[in-house]
Amino acid sequence: MKPAAFAYAKAHSIEHAVELLGKHDGEARLLAGGQSLIASLNMRLASPPMLVDINDIAGLDRIDMTDGHVLIGAMARHADVERSSIIAKHAPLISRAMPHIAHAAIRNRGTIGGSLAYADPAAELPACMVALGAKLEIAGLQGRRVVAAEDFFKGMFETALGPNDMLVAVHVPAATAQTRVGFEELARRHGDYAIVGLAAAAQVAGAKLSDVRLVYFSVGDAPVRARGAESAIAAGDIDGAAAALSKDLLPTADLESSAEVKLHLAGVLLRRVVRQLQEARA
Amino acid sequence: MSDTAYNVALTVNGEAVSETVEARMTLADFLRDTLGLTGTHLGCEHGVCGTCTVRLDGVIVRGCLTLAVQCNGKRVETIEGASDSNELADLQEAFRVRNALQCGFCTPGMLLAAQELLLRGGVPSREEIRVHLSGNYCRCTGYHAIVDAVEATAQARAGSAR
Repeated sequence: MKPAAFAYAKAHSIEHAVELLGKHDGEARLLAGGQSLIASLNMRLASPPMLVDINDIAGLDRIDMTDGHVLIGAMARHADVERSSIIAKHAPLISRAMPHIAHAAIRNRGTIGGSLAYADPAAELPACMVALGAKLEIAGLQGRRVVAAEDFFKGMFETALGPNDMLVAVHVPAATAQTRVGFEELARRHGDYAIVGLAAAAQVAGAKLSDVRLVYFSVGDAPVRARGAESAIAAGDIDGAAAALSKDLLPTADLESSAEVKLHLAGVLLRRVVRQLQEARA
Repeated sequence: MSDTAYNVALTVNGEAVSETVEARMTLADFLRDTLGLTGTHLGCEHGVCGTCTVRLDGVIVRGCLTLAVQCNGKRVETIEGASDSNELADLQEAFRVRNALQCGFCTPGMLLAAQELLLRGGVPSREEIRVHLSGNYCRCTGYHAIVDAVEATAQARAGSAR
């Protein structure tokens, strides 16, 4: 199908983009990579009166180290994040997740900011940001603010972003020598939405793991932390962690999998990812 | 000009093009309907099937998930351009020899997607080929012959590069 008619404006700065959003009473939509937005326009699931294109805002795609944090601009495209040596070194969880996101042609165009702002419950990056304790920088009519990833994802396609807000960057705490990460997902075909996925981070001290963060996706309306399993892993009890998942997660069935299947697969992924957390860092 | 139409100037297959487009027109529709370049096919129109694959500033994208108005000042290459320049001739021949197409509907997108992988150099594993082509659907071949053709082309190119 074809989209309904809309007007189009190119924003030349973050402030300009927010101003354009404000002029349309929250009805205009930001156009980043467009890999979800244009699909929903084509299917007429959405018909905004105006798109504000943020693709040409200078510097919005930068990937940098700034005092202990990796800064990833909202318009950094998946393919650039996937190839970034800064991300591979300082935010290896994101590098591991990248190949699982859709397909090559989509990653050439899709952006990190678009994926996070869209907040698809089956998406990889929201879970990674919660696991890493990232902070999301938002520009609005009242200026800038910073929201922790855990507070940003509110529900299905629902975030802390207001109708006139723009996500401008994420700040990811840089990995240290003690940081361990793990990532796994199960999908029917490569690039399909996950049946279940798990993004994890922890700190290692000797043979023990601490500050364990296990964040599942595709099992609820938003990324879900498995807090019972996290405590059990920190205590070295993998079987206890697997058992705790039945309380931590309340998956609902989707078209492909029953809740029982999802819960079972969550346990399978838990064991695989914990093994990754225990591996020495390359 | 309506209040939702915009002027764009871009390069398509090396030729400068200037047109007025509706904001809602996708790049794929622009190529097919405005420029008559019907080698770019349209299947699902929501980014799943990959048959509308074209190159935008040198990288493959979904023609159905890119707006024509976004391509102002950019460089677009379609299967017509890539075919006429002969850069795909060996890959096309490998597809023909191995029956890596039947109805041919997916072939333009399949060739451009495969070429992006081949341009990285070396000989990708069959698994890497399958992963790279996972965003391009083929409903005829079962993919096996396509993977064969891409693998054979990679081997031939690596051999002649030595």
